[in-house]
Amino acid sequence: MNINATLLGQVIWFALFIWFVMKVVWPYFQRIISERQKTIADGLAAAERGRVELESATRRAEETLRQSRERAAEIIAQAEKRMAQIIEEARSQAKEEGNREKAAAQAEIDQQVSRAKEALREQVAALAVAGAEKILRREVDAKAHAGLLAQLKRDFR
Amino acid sequence: MATTSAPITGNEYISHHLVNLQAGSGFWTFHLDTLIVSGLIGCTVFGLMYFVGRRATAGVPGKLQAFIEIVVGMVDRQVKDTFHGKSELVTPLAITVFIWIFCMNAIDLVPVDFIPGLLALFGVHYFKAVPTTDPNATFAMSLSVFTLIIVFNLRFKGLGGFLHEVFTAPFHSHNLLLQLVLAPVNFVLRMIEEVAKPVSLALRLFGNMFAGEVLFILVVLLAGAWSGPTLGSAASFLGHVVLSLGWAIFHILIVTLQAFVFMMLTIVYLTLASESH
Repeated sequence: MNINATLLGQVIWFALFIWFVMKVVWPYFQRIISERQKTIADGLAAAERGRVELESATRRAEETLRQSRERAAEIIAQAEKRMAQIIEEARSQAKEEGNREKAAAQAEIDQQVSRAKEALREQVAALAVAGAEKILRREVDAKAHAGLLAQLKRDFR
Repeated sequence: MATTSAPITGNEYISHHLVNLQAGSGFWTFHLDTLIVSGLIGCTVFGLMYFVGRRATAGVPGKLQAFIEIVVGMVDRQVKDTFHGKSELVTPLAITVFIWIFCMNAIDLVPVDFIPGLLALFGVHYFKAVPTTDPNATFAMSLSVFTLIIVFNLRFKGLGGFLHEVFTAPFHSHNLLLQLVLAPVNFVLRMIEEVAKPVSLALRLFGNMFAGEVLFILVVLLAGAWSGPTLGSAASFLGHVVLSLGWAIFHILIVTLQAFVFMMLTIVYLTLASESH
């Protein structure tokens, strides 16, 4: 344990190094450490912001998806309704058409039937007259009985 | 060098290793080895920190930068946890103390004959390589800290506040008579407390490092017991290797711990000086 002037030298070294660290070295590291802390804090904040944004975007997307699903269902329902309607319309139209055709055919048939009946009646009348003529040839004067015969003909109608 | 000179006794070997390289006489003796090694270490380490700091980026740091940042950040955190006053000095002081002492102590891990042996080749016959085994070095630091304690006391409390504290703490009373009686007691206690601070700081570091160094020297003596290719010599040499290694590994802890303790106590003392009781 011999204390001597070395102590003074060591004090000078010590003071010199403290001064150097305080004025030169420490400011660099202080700045860098605080800068990095800030960067990290910013990064963490950004990550948090991103997370919140992602959450809200997910919620929005879900909402949109749900809406479009609903809309699609609505559209499908409408289309089905419309389809049923169209089928119904087509069916009734077809029925109507058929009925019309049937009616026309019926009218044609009726007409032809009445025409045939007329013809038949004429022929029957003619036949009856012919028959009557034949029977009455001898006793009936065609001229004398022309009025009667015409009357007869009319009655057959 | 032990092996080249005439056979020497263990006693001579040990005392040889405990002599400083000196210049001057009386009080004006300079331990050149202490001054040179501590200065060289400081210049190297703080110079390195300066170069790393100058090129340091706030982005992804390099390995060396990251290492320095870890150490500096650790010290800074200790200071922030303990010292709550406003001072630009405490953190740089703590960084200097920790890193400088750590590096000076770490020289102890260099085998005891390497540096003196190397220098002996250049005609330097005495060299104590570890500055912290020289009480001059440890007292220089502790007395500097002691000065700073007084400066902090005056700066943060003012002369009046400081004197008031010296005479009224730890025993205080509201009775004037009792105050007068207690004042000298408080004063003496405070003096003892304050003087104990630099003494304990310096002696703790010096004692630990000196004892460690002496133990290294003693262990090396085992190898010095070599007397030819005999079983005893071999065992002795092997013992020296094993013990040196074991003590060196344990010494890593002491080296770090003593540097940390010195730094921590410096911070605590300055905190006490800056805060009123």
